[in-house]
Amino acid sequence: MTVTAETRRKLSCNFARVQSVFDDCLAHAQMKLSDSGVSAYIEGAETICKMGRGEEPVLVFLEEMPLIASQIGEDVIAEVLEFTRKMARTPNSKAIPAFLQTLTAAARHLESRQMFSEYLQLVWQTMEQTSPIVQGMGTVYASECLPGFLNSVPFLLSQLSLGGLKNWVTYGVKGHPNDPDRQRDYFMLQSADSRAVLQRERHGTLMTDHQHKLDLYLRGLWDQEAMLVPYSLAFDHLRKPIPYLDDNGIHLPDVYDDTPNGILGINRYRALLAHVSAHQRWTTPIMADNFSPFQRLSIEVFEDARVEWLAMREYPGLGKLWRALHPVPQQVEHEEGTSYIRHRLTMLSRALLDPEHGYTHPTILKFAAQFHSLMAAGSTTTNAMVDLGVHFISESRHPGDSSAHVYFDGTEIDYRDDNRLMWRFFEDGDEEVYEERPRKTMPEDEDEEPRMPPRLYPEWDYMTQHYNPDWVSLYEHLHPSGDAAYIDQLLAKHSDLAKKLKKIIDLLKPQQKVRVRYQEEGSELDLDIALRSLIDFKSGAQPDPRINMSHKNDGRSIAVSLLLDLSASLGDVPEGCTQSKLELSQEGVSLMAWAVEQMGDSFAIGGFHSDTRHEVRYFHFKGYSERWGDEVKARLATMSAAFSTRMGAALRHAGHYLSHRQADKKLLLVLTDGEPADIDSKDPRHLIEDARIAVRELEQLGIYTYCINLDPKADAYVANIFGKRYTVIDNIQRLPERLPQLFMALTK
Amino acid sequence: MNPSFDIKQYLIKNEPYYQAQTNEVVLYEAAYAARLPLMLKGPTGCGKSRFVEHMAWKLGKPLITVACNEDMTASDLVGRYLLDANGTRWLDGPLTLAARHGAICYLDEVVEARQDTTVVIHPLTDHRRTLPLDKKGELVAAHPDFQLVISYNPGYQSLMKDLKQSTKQRFAAMEFDYPTADLETAIVSKEAGTDAETAARLVKIAEVARNLKGHGLDEGISTRLLVYAATLIKRGIAAPDACRMALVRPITDDADIRDTLDHAIDAVFVE
Repeated sequence: MTVTAETRRKLSCNFARVQSVFDDCLAHAQMKLSDSGVSAYIEGAETICKMGRGEEPVLVFLEEMPLIASQIGEDVIAEVLEFTRKMARTPNSKAIPAFLQTLTAAARHLESRQMFSEYLQLVWQTMEQTSPIVQGMGTVYASECLPGFLNSVPFLLSQLSLGGLKNWVTYGVKGHPNDPDRQRDYFMLQSADSRAVLQRERHGTLMTDHQHKLDLYLRGLWDQEAMLVPYSLAFDHLRKPIPYLDDNGIHLPDVYDDTPNGILGINRYRALLAHVSAHQRWTTPIMADNFSPFQRLSIEVFEDARVEWLAMREYPGLGKLWRALHPVPQQVEHEEGTSYIRHRLTMLSRALLDPEHGYTHPTILKFAAQFHSLMAAGSTTTNAMVDLGVHFISESRHPGDSSAHVYFDGTEIDYRDDNRLMWRFFEDGDEEVYEERPRKTMPEDEDEEPRMPPRLYPEWDYMTQHYNPDWVSLYEHLHPSGDAAYIDQLLAKHSDLAKKLKKIIDLLKPQQKVRVRYQEEGSELDLDIALRSLIDFKSGAQPDPRINMSHKNDGRSIAVSLLLDLSASLGDVPEGCTQSKLELSQEGVSLMAWAVEQMGDSFAIGGFHSDTRHEVRYFHFKGYSERWGDEVKARLATMSAAFSTRMGAALRHAGHYLSHRQADKKLLLVLTDGEPADIDSKDPRHLIEDARIAVRELEQLGIYTYCINLDPKADAYVANIFGKRYTVIDNIQRLPERLPQLFMALTK
Repeated sequence: MNPSFDIKQYLIKNEPYYQAQTNEVVLYEAAYAARLPLMLKGPTGCGKSRFVEHMAWKLGKPLITVACNEDMTASDLVGRYLLDANGTRWLDGPLTLAARHGAICYLDEVVEARQDTTVVIHPLTDHRRTLPLDKKGELVAAHPDFQLVISYNPGYQSLMKDLKQSTKQRFAAMEFDYPTADLETAIVSKEAGTDAETAARLVKIAEVARNLKGHGLDEGISTRLLVYAATLIKRGIAAPDACRMALVRPITDDADIRDTLDHAIDAVFVE
């Protein structure tokens, strides 16, 4: 089909620029698409033209569409058109050109029709969820995030799978619901959390996930220890960092994708570590000042090949790995004005590594032969490579070498480091060296009391069904002390109750007897064993003489942690009471602590409150090894109520200590008066779900979590978090009595 | 006492292969000449038991081996009364047999026995060289050829499993370790009958595992396991499979370590 006047007439569009490019676009489309495809294409362009959004969308549509349609099917034209039409009816119609621009990238990365449709849905969702809604009027303003998002899409798709992109978007939408500025930064990839989430969702092998394996690799195969310092490849566009070794350790990319020829990411890390370790083992630094930059490049190639040769002698399998990762530069026709120095050196490097290289370049062949005969002769040094390197450069010199236009294709050997430790400089050079810049640290607030660095805990996000990593900062404090006599007064007030409790305690104290069998000498004859021995004996076998048994008392091995919710609501005085919940809790906790001390179980008391996720405070009242004495009482005496209840982090923290206790049974008692909530959490379900997950985590650690709730309306949520393991104390007056009783019932 | 008992059954007829690492043969011979009790220390599978066998063969003495375990009582070592048709009958335990007949008594992995059990060897290991059988009312004077050798593995020392000082200080001790790479290669290729090349590669893998000791591995790969792997290879199993089966799977359940060792195998054995 040729460009006929008829088809031309079909594009009834009056924009001059559209008309000027239409012929070329149409010719392109006719090459790529079928006849029906071409007519759909032209109709589409007309429809966009009539939307009245200017010439820009039409131009983009004309340019991009043929390629996209040829890649994933021609019916996509109709779908894109429909989407554009819908979009034109929203306040976001300005973003249409930007949207059309992303389609090429989306088609290239997603490759399937199904995924492409999902991508369109995702754009629609993003647009809807980030558009400000004015009550009663629906969406009247354009989303501020959409243009930034559409701009980032090509980059994001190169880093993430569609699923990862969805998670990234969801996080952005949920993460800053009431903060349009930060949300906009997020979608423009400007904010730290947006990069962090991107990092988490990236496809490939993350270094942090495999650090232990890599440490073992270094230690096992190379007998080395080194810090592995990851750097990110995602944000350095101008200069791609190269792995390097310095005093801080081995710097390496934070993530490696599997290569197209089937090398796993973890093995790419191993290839890199093997190369670096080989340098550390066999390379001696040499003076750099005597050599030109080309000579140095060439010497480095020989030295890389030498250490790899030596390493392969020990681990022949590395050769296979390295050869798979090393680029295979093809012999190319040299163009005038282009420097092929890198290309030639990479060919040389390939030739040194791979005996079946098949190159015909005479100098490369000559030097490869020289290298191999030198290596075969044994005991080589870095200095021997200097000779080879210098001569190679002078013999293979080409007039175009110093040209500024360098041929780069297929010359990047990404498992090799930058060899910076191979060179010593007489004077500091002016070469730019890529270094990781130290992160900016926040200035410390001088006035605040010195405190431990925060412990970071994840938090479960039920909307996205995954953990927000390092989300909550928890600070530990020793609770300030007051007057211990106050607690003694409280205990005196409950002396009748204490007497009652004492009776129960005496009954509960460990007195169970356990049989110890198989004793040669014991207190009683163990009939089972005695009979067995007799039978053995009668049948001529050697009888077991250990036919007695004895008894011992069973020890009670329980570790208990009591976690107090110290949020502001604890200060309330419930209806019909004369004392606040706080005072009643103090009484209850004191009695319980006394009771547990009597039982001799290992027992700790902690309290918590929170002021946003950045500040969860955890107070220690009593440690496991501390005795129930004046110091602990003094701390309990000043117990106070403030702030909110972020329960998940506190549960995880108390569980962290409890899980390290050596005890048969571990019990975590939570005393709270309301549901988990915090001022930075608008969704009431969020922290409840997080606490539920935290309880489940503790269960996996073998910790039995039990909640004592003072909120009469607690049934609505407490079962959600703790399952059946909770008690609601309606009559708060009876708390001092119920708390120790509950404990004893639980541990009976 | 059983009159039909023949100590000769404990003699070792064929020379057990043992490759000396340093001068341990000379040291042992000197210790035996003075009848000093000996303690052999070293990681599992490094050749302690083979060494004792070899020395017993070389000296032409019978060797009575007892594998110690937690349930072992003093009577299991010394002997006990049994009932028979005519009343009771005394049966010598392995330690008593060795002392009576002049054998080398080898208590393998002696820390596995409870400490109160090991105390019965004390009178045999000092100047007295006697063994009182209190139940029988007999004092056995050790035969001039009798020697006591114990072995233990300091690798998995724990609070619960250690020798008492009073036991330790009755022995001259020899420390064993895995042989050097060349020696071990020779041992593996001799034992399993493989070529030196394969043996050298196996030893290389063992080295990797030994570097990881204490970082998730309690013990490195022993020479014994290397011999197993070499035997499998000799029987036609592909080397990587043989290594996974004989070297890696037995020693670890940790996925990361397994992965690292599997990678080492791939790096060392190339088809």
